[in-house]
Formats: sequence, structure tokens, C-alpha cells
Amino acid sequence: MIPELGYGATVAALALAVWGAVAAAGAARTGRTDLLRSGERAAVGVWVLITACIALMLYAFLTFDFSVRYVAFNTNRGTPFYYRITALWGALEGSIVLWSWLLSIYALIVVGQYRRRQPELYPWVLSVMLGVLAFFLLVMTVPAPPFERLSPIPPDGRGLNPLLEDSGMITHPVALYLGFTGFTVPFAFAVAALIVRRTGEEWITITRRWTIIAWYFLSLGLLIGGWWSYHVLGWGGYWAWDPVENAAFMPWLTATAFLHSVMIQERRHMLKLWNLGLIFLTFGLTLFGTFLTRSGIIGSVHSFTQGSIGVFFLAFLALVLLGSFSLLASRVDRLRAEGVLDSVVSRESMFLLNNLFLVAAAFTVFFGTVFPLLSEAVRGVKVSVGAPFFNLVNIPIFLALLFLMGVGPLIAWRRASAENLKRNFLKPVLAGVVVAAIMRGLGVGNALVLTAMALVVFVAGTISLDLFRAVRTRRRNGDGWAAATLGLLLRQNRRYGGFIVHLGILVIALGVAGSQAWSVQTEVTLQKGQTVDLGGYHVRFDGLEATEESNHAKVTGAFTLSNGRRGETVLLPGRKFYPQEQTPIAAVDYRLGFLEDVYLVLGDFSRDGSQATVKLQINRMVSWLWIGGLVLTLGAALAILPEARRPA
Amino acid sequence: MRASWLRWAIPAAVVPVLMLLAYGFKTNPREIPSPLLDRPAAAFTVTTFAGSPLSLEGLRGKVVMLNFWASWCRPACYEEAPALERTWREYKDKGVVVVGIDIQDRDEAARAFLAEFGHSFPNAPDPAGRIAVDYGVYGVPETFFIDRNGRVRFKQVGALTDELARQRLDTLLKEPS
Repeated sequence: MIPELGYGATVAALALAVWGAVAAAGAARTGRTDLLRSGERAAVGVWVLITACIALMLYAFLTFDFSVRYVAFNTNRGTPFYYRITALWGALEGSIVLWSWLLSIYALIVVGQYRRRQPELYPWVLSVMLGVLAFFLLVMTVPAPPFERLSPIPPDGRGLNPLLEDSGMITHPVALYLGFTGFTVPFAFAVAALIVRRTGEEWITITRRWTIIAWYFLSLGLLIGGWWSYHVLGWGGYWAWDPVENAAFMPWLTATAFLHSVMIQERRHMLKLWNLGLIFLTFGLTLFGTFLTRSGIIGSVHSFTQGSIGVFFLAFLALVLLGSFSLLASRVDRLRAEGVLDSVVSRESMFLLNNLFLVAAAFTVFFGTVFPLLSEAVRGVKVSVGAPFFNLVNIPIFLALLFLMGVGPLIAWRRASAENLKRNFLKPVLAGVVVAAIMRGLGVGNALVLTAMALVVFVAGTISLDLFRAVRTRRRNGDGWAAATLGLLLRQNRRYGGFIVHLGILVIALGVAGSQAWSVQTEVTLQKGQTVDLGGYHVRFDGLEATEESNHAKVTGAFTLSNGRRGETVLLPGRKFYPQEQTPIAAVDYRLGFLEDVYLVLGDFSRDGSQATVKLQINRMVSWLWIGGLVLTLGAALAILPEARRPA
Repeated sequence: MRASWLRWAIPAAVVPVLMLLAYGFKTNPREIPSPLLDRPAAAFTVTTFAGSPLSLEGLRGKVVMLNFWASWCRPACYEEAPALERTWREYKDKGVVVVGIDIQDRDEAARAFLAEFGHSFPNAPDPAGRIAVDYGVYGVPETFFIDRNGRVRFKQVGALTDELARQRLDTLLKEPS
């Protein structure tokens, strides 16, 4: 019953979305309000139907309805309750359902927010959003139907991919998809603005806000993804330049570029073409990311499927890119800059550089990601470029971006005087150099860490200096320090939200540099009772224990950790054996700390439990990534708040 | 008009990228050649479940079908198990040895597996996982075909079938030693 109901709802939603897109476009052309209202009702209807699909799917998962192929392939009777819910988006078909659902929510918000406020842009925005929704519903109907019937009905399902049995499974995909789908709104506004030739300032304001929102969720998704990778995958890292990580990182980079260059357009009416291009590129990259994960053209730890779906995505990607860039090109005359660049030493040119570096980073990531394809097409050999390539190319770019992060926000518009430079940058530069020198004196030899440290101190210095001056000015009005600071943050929330994001990035940068430079690891085979020493820690192997969980068998090693200062801790890394998997899954155990994490992965073991191979890592400063991530998302949240007053 | 060339240049810029991606459909990312092919097979000495010593060196001059498996590897190892035994029975008098290496397993479960399928060819546990590492085993089952001169010649990832085993073994048996 459920397969038929679900399929019916999907087809009906597709029909409604197509109708809504056509009706809204018709309304935009003819100005007929009845068509527009019909399009709006279609948007609501689509949301209701996709919600119904989700409810049906949940019901099927919770009742183990293995007549639904997707349920049978992604759960079995042993799957714990909690993961039967998240299994909803644990594989291709369901993830498209989640995607469509989130997109339909964005469409509803757009209807609610702009139906009265943006009479000119709104019908086109609605039409574009429903058009994109129609594409995803088409995917749900033809190449990846979530409600496909399985016959005969198997007695038990195959089970969820064990790596997805993690709490990150709730937050990571949802945050990531909220980010990905969120970029549809700026895209729709950009298209609408070009169609009605209203490339002035208002679409930019709306688009900027929505881009920050999508950016916020995408950042969150990336961070949770890093944390997931760190504590689930068992290799002790948080970022591997895997194609799919790259796929999420590229739109993040271009969206970040947009969030900066848009300020130049607001201030100086320049870069209009460029900004629109960035919006289209960002949206295109979100589709590219989906294409990459779902077409199977590039091997990746995430690539969970292959099939005809890739063709659909490529066709849609082609339509979106060719369509939007042709539209952009046809309006190129209206997009001329009204201002000119006055000086190289100005905020404009710093932002231009920032954009150049961000887009260059996105390009190198793209290049590295599709390199296996490229080399196979050109030379006939499949060669992948790994982390060394990405690090080599991107580290200088990111260091340069760090530097600009210090300069950009404080340097004067148009033309910076020597006085302006001295007043804003002399002390922070000195502070950075001094701190790096002190660290060098303390024996830190790693050039990357020293450079990163100097830059971080410099940027933190500029931010503090600016904040200090602004707060001092407000204190003249009689406020206390706390009230003055809070008032400033809330009144100029966009500026200071951005600064807080920058601080978060600094903390993350320290975490990355520190963990790359100072982490140590060893892999040893221990007899029962034997101890291994690393980085001041002693780890003793105490024995193995085998247990049966509801859907897998688990072998757990007991290791006692001590470092002579604090008491002993027992860490219990294990290996999980799932019947449906060909290789055992590591269950890592760790003790997190502010400066260093102790991280244990159980390798092979003898059958009688007398010996075990264990990988011991002391990962330094990894926690800073999570702390910095928290700071960053708080800053982004502050920047999203409605502005109390335009900054003076 | 100064910018007229932009009208076609901007959209045209995306075409090569799209073409490259379309090309991707013709390729198979999972087809990763093993670097071990045509190289000498890594030597090992093990003690079989039956208790007798077995070394790869000692099998030089014979064609070896080296199969990595585990009792928890469902369903692929269970699918191919009967084919392994049939192949062994068919080829054992023709100069072929089938060797099973059981990785990352528990003893009782492994023995139960062997009993279930009545495997009569030598099977041994890989006590410290060293053999699996030497052969770059990613997941089970994987099967390596080693020629009379002790070189790895073919590798099969996933369940083996009678036809596939026959085809590989016949090729290797035809070669002069």
C-alpha cells in the first residue's frame, strides 16, 4: 500500500510543481494575480505532498515495511529505533526526498516573506524555485524513486550502512542540505532580477541575507561533517579532500567570495556582473556536488550509488549553467560598474584580492577533484591527486586570505592614507611579529605554524583594536563596558557578526596548523599487559571482549591510559562486524582535551585475546576546530539578525 | 558594442566542463588496477585449521588460487563458497592448489563456516592480519590467481564464480612453466 500511496504523492507533487512554475511565470508576464495565487497554492500543495511522502516513509521504516525497496535496503530488524528514522536520508533516494522537502520549505518562506513586498521580482522567484523543485521531484519519480516496491517481500532488510549509525547522521545531512538548498533562494532572486532588468540594489540586499543563511548552514554541515569523520571513520583526521568534502567546500568558497564582494556593490556600485556570476556559480556548484555524489563518476568514500540519475543531474546542471550565464550575458550592458577603482591600497582592492583568492581556491579544489577524469580523458590513465596537491596549492592561498582578513575590514575605502594604515595596522603587525619571534625562541621550528600564528595574532589584533575603539566611542555616551559592547554588536550586527566569524576562522586556522604540525601517532602490536608510550602517555592493553549487539557483533579492546599527572582512564576502542558489510567498522575511542586528544583505533587482534594491534594518536589542537566552528556559527547567526540600524 | 563577445563567451565557458563530466559516464571509478599484478606474490607461511604448516614457497610450480574470506562476510563469501570447493575438486589433479585465508575472524565461527561448506582445500587463519595487508586486501572476498612462477596474475574482487575461476585457471595452466 505504501509504495502506491508514496508514488502517487510524488507524481502529484511533480505535476503541481510544474504547474506552479508555469503559472508563476505566466503571472510574471501577464500580471494576472489569479495565476500568481494559483502558483502559490501549488507551492503549498507541493510542500504538503512531500511532507506526506516523508510521513509515509517514516511509517514504513518504523513498521519494517520491507515491501518498500528503500526500507529493505537501508534497515533490518536489528536497526535501532533512532537510526530507523535517520535511515530516511541514509541513501540516495531518501536524501533526494529530504532535499526536496527542505527546498519546499524555503519556497513557502519565500511566499510568506515576499508576496507583498517584491511585486516585480516575486513571481519569477517563485517560478524558478518551483522549477528547481520540479526537477528534484522528477528525480524522485523516474531515476531514483524512493517508494519502489520490492517483490517478493524479504523476511528481513539488508541494514543501514554502519558508518551512518551515528548521532551526526541527524545533524550533518540536515545542516548540509539546508545549506545546499538554501542557495536556491539567492539563485532565484538573481535570475528574477536579470529577467525583469532590476539589477539595482534591492535584490542584492535580499540575496545577501539569504546567502548568509545558506552559508551558515553549509558551514555548520561542513563542521559537523569534519567531526563525524574524526570520531567515526577512525583515521584520526577531520578533512581528507575527498571529492564529496570538496563538493561541499566549493560552494562555500564561492558563497564566501560573494558575501565579501557584495559589500563593494553596495558601497561602490561595482562588480555587478561578478556578483551575479558568483551566485550562479555557487548554485551550480551545489548541483555539481549532488551530481558528484550521486552519479558515481568519481570514486569517493561517500559515493553511494550509480545509475541513470547522473544523466538527469548533468542535464539539469547544463540547463542551469547555460541558462543562467546566457541570461547574464544578455544583460551585460546593464551591469556596468558605476564606480571606479581609485587606488590599489584601498578596501575595494583588498576585497577584490580576497575574491580572487577564494575563487582561485574553489578552482584548484575543482581541478583536483575532477583531475582523475581529466587525466583519463587526456592521457588515458586514471591518476588521482591527493591531499598533498590540495595542501600545497591551498595553504598559501589560505594564508594570504588570513592576511587579507586582517587588512580588509579596517583599511579605508577608495584610497588609504599612510596615516590610516599606520593607525590601524602598525600595532597588530608588530604584535604578530613579536609573538612569532617569541614562539621561535621557545623552540617552535615549524614555518607554517609560525606564519599562521603571526597572521592570526595580526588579525586578532586588528579586530580587537577596532572593537576597542568603537566601544570606547560608545562609552562616551555613558554606557558601561558590557552595555557598550553588547549595544555595538547588536546595532552593527552585520559588521561585528562578520568579525566574530573571522575570529572563528582564526581559531580554526590555529587548530589546523597545530594539528598538522604537532600530532603524533604510532601503531603497535601489544601483548596483554604490555604498554606503549607516546607523547607522555602510557597505554596498556588489558584484554579483549566480544559482544553481540542488536545488529552486529563487536570486539572491544580495553586499554588503560595514564600520563602520570591525572588518574587513569580506560579507553574502549573496538571493531564492529556487520553481516552486510565486507569489512569490519572501527569504533574509535578517544579522550578529548583542549590541547590534545588521545585517540585509539583497534586494529587486528589475535583470536584468543592475547594480543592486539592498536593505533595510538595524540592529536594536538583538534578541539580548536570545534571551538572555532562554534564561534563562527555564532557570528554568522549574529549577522543574520535583522539590522537594527544602517551602520554610520 | 564592446561587450558583445561576452554574450557568447560567458555561456560557452561552461561547455568544456559539462563535456568533461559527461565523459565521466564512460568510465568506471571502481576499476582500480591492483599494483600487485605481474609482481611476485608475497611469501607467507601459515598453519592451517587442520594443523599442518603451509607455505606459498612450497607451492611453487603449481597454479595457486588464493582466496581471502571471513565467516562474517555475508552474503558474498557464502555465495562463492560452493564454487571454491567445486573448483578445487575439478582442478586439484591438474596442478592447481586452492588456498583459503580467513581474515579478522573468530576461530569457532570460521570452523563452522568451513564445516558448513565441507571445504577440503587448505584453509588457514591470518593470525595478525599480515597476509591481508601484504596483498592489499580491501574487503572480503578477494581472490588472487598466482602462476607457476609465483607471480600474481589476476585479482578478483567480490564473489568468485565457477566460470571465472575456470577461465583464469585454464589460462594459467596453458602457459609453459
